[in-house]
Amino acid sequence: MEFDFAEEQPKFLMLMYGLIAFVAVVGGLLLLLDVVPAWFARRREAQLVAASTGGAPLPRRRKPREGLFALFFLLPTLLLLAIGLVGPAIRTVLLSFMDSGGNDWVGLRNYGWMFSEDSIVRVLLNTLIWVLLVPLVATTFGLLYAVMVDKARFESIAKSLIFLPMAISFVGASIIWKFVYAYRGDDQDQIGLLNQIVVSLGGEPRFWLQESPLNTLLLIVIMVWIQAGFAMVVLAAAIKAIPGDIVEAARLDGVTPWQMFWQITMPSIRPALIVVVVTLSIATLKVFDIVRTATNGNYDTSVIANEMYNQAFRYGEAGQGSALAVFLFILVIPLVIYQIRNLRQQREG
Amino acid sequence: MTTATPTVGAGAQAAGKPTTTAGRVRNRLNSRTATLVSIVIALLWTIPTFGLFVSSFRPEAEIKSTGWWTFFTDPQFTLENYQDVLFGSSSSSGQLASYFINSLAITIPSVLFPLAFASLAAYALAWINFRGRDWLYIAIFAMQIVPLQMALVPLLKFFSTGVTLGGVQLMPAWDLVDEQKFAQVWFAHTCFALPFAVFLLHNFVSQLPRDLMEAARVDGATHPKIFRTIVLPLITPALAAFGIFQFLWVWNDLLVALIFAGGGNETAPLTVRLAEMAGTRGNEWQRLTAGAFVSIVVPLVVFLSLQRFFVRGLLAGSVKG
Repeated sequence: MEFDFAEEQPKFLMLMYGLIAFVAVVGGLLLLLDVVPAWFARRREAQLVAASTGGAPLPRRRKPREGLFALFFLLPTLLLLAIGLVGPAIRTVLLSFMDSGGNDWVGLRNYGWMFSEDSIVRVLLNTLIWVLLVPLVATTFGLLYAVMVDKARFESIAKSLIFLPMAISFVGASIIWKFVYAYRGDDQDQIGLLNQIVVSLGGEPRFWLQESPLNTLLLIVIMVWIQAGFAMVVLAAAIKAIPGDIVEAARLDGVTPWQMFWQITMPSIRPALIVVVVTLSIATLKVFDIVRTATNGNYDTSVIANEMYNQAFRYGEAGQGSALAVFLFILVIPLVIYQIRNLRQQREG
Repeated sequence: MTTATPTVGAGAQAAGKPTTTAGRVRNRLNSRTATLVSIVIALLWTIPTFGLFVSSFRPEAEIKSTGWWTFFTDPQFTLENYQDVLFGSSSSSGQLASYFINSLAITIPSVLFPLAFASLAAYALAWINFRGRDWLYIAIFAMQIVPLQMALVPLLKFFSTGVTLGGVQLMPAWDLVDEQKFAQVWFAHTCFALPFAVFLLHNFVSQLPRDLMEAARVDGATHPKIFRTIVLPLITPALAAFGIFQFLWVWNDLLVALIFAGGGNETAPLTVRLAEMAGTRGNEWQRLTAGAFVSIVVPLVVFLSLQRFFVRGLLAGSVKG
């Protein structure tokens, strides 16, 4: 037992400063928003009084200054986004055309490196496998489960169990699955569930996480395990939202469950389906924690996000790391445009 | 959401009741297999977690030599792993208690700041008329997709060297040490959370009844007043939803913490320490299993107790009901 509470005190102090800063900033902003308009209102009242007693013509009423209000409401958000996202994004694009120290322009050399280095091509390929498989498998599973659970008893418990991994960190989930994939020599008892199953079926235990390309698939299983619950919850809600009379009319017409699924359920939940696939794709492109915790990118399992971290923060190659980040961004752009178009349609409709 | 589902399910089933006996039997069989299969799958889904959980209570020698399933034939129970991993004195033990406090100190402000800023912005975007409002909203929405990875290098530079423009120092470097680095992490998490937070809260705020807002305006209420007295109380469920989201996200985050908090036990959260343990001592299962559970337990409690809000928030963010 060695835990000195006093040593932890600076942390609590810092946390307290943080909370004080929060109260000061938010409270200050709200106060400002209250005081300034009140001052304007008083001044205008005084003008009106002066005008009516002095017999001067009434000052023309200006249009209310809505834009100014909006600016103050939006100020912290816009400021933080500019510092935290827009500025850095622009800088990263610039850095990707520079050498490792960010001093000299090197043109497209970093991009050339990306597509010519064998290990990096492997990384790009792995990312492609991830982004094809995770959304497909997780959404399909989520959809099938949502349809099935719709008729089942104990629905909420069953759903909660599937949804539960959402709360577990990627790091925690990776450890959970590393344990499933754990390997012990032939002569020992297995402690990993997967090898135990293989052994009890008469097979040889294997070093799952070191066999490429199988290991990438096994890491993908972790991501699917985490994300399927998300797909299931959203799709189950969409299925519940299908109007009852449509379902009933179809039943009266005597459709088979198969026809019901393809002709009623699927078209009705199409928008939700798209949202799920797009969201999962974006999350998958950025996956980092799983690869880093489970294999650290060794044995040919690395993906763009992980490699970018290695290049920029471990090998000090800011230019190459930035090029990878920009490439990631380019991959995501089509998804964004699609998402925005959907959003606009929803807003208009 | 989940509490409402049983009644909806029952209603739909009653409405579609088949009239023939054969049909009724088939329907019941259908729902029975569905129940069985879905529960079996749900249990399978939970086995990996359950295995780790059981293991975390087994003695070191047992974990390393036999599978966790032998626990049921030969139960041996100990709390030593937890004690070791939380409070152990050797440097390899984990010392997670200290990192646990870091996680807390990182998470609380990182949830509060974006919550406050995003609700102000969402209100402005939904209910204040100004030019370019829709474009601004779409621009903020689109920023969700800037990969975090793109922002890391420059943001780190922003903290370490400040802002200079043409040789003039516009903002000094932050020069933070030890616990002060929390501020960097708060800042980064707040920036990264804002696009999604604005999007989610905007969905709720814009659905408030127009009459209510107009009546308030006619009564002479200013925007700040409407925001404080009408909007905030009405969107409490949405605030809760996003709060849980952000809490889980920040608590579970590895990348941002790894870069902005450093690896020491003054600032690094649980996830960073755990990832390190998994990397360097990947075979110390007695520590990894207990450690993983220490990191899981808080989000799990939050998630299970507030699941209803969480699901509602998720749905508002993805499918417009």
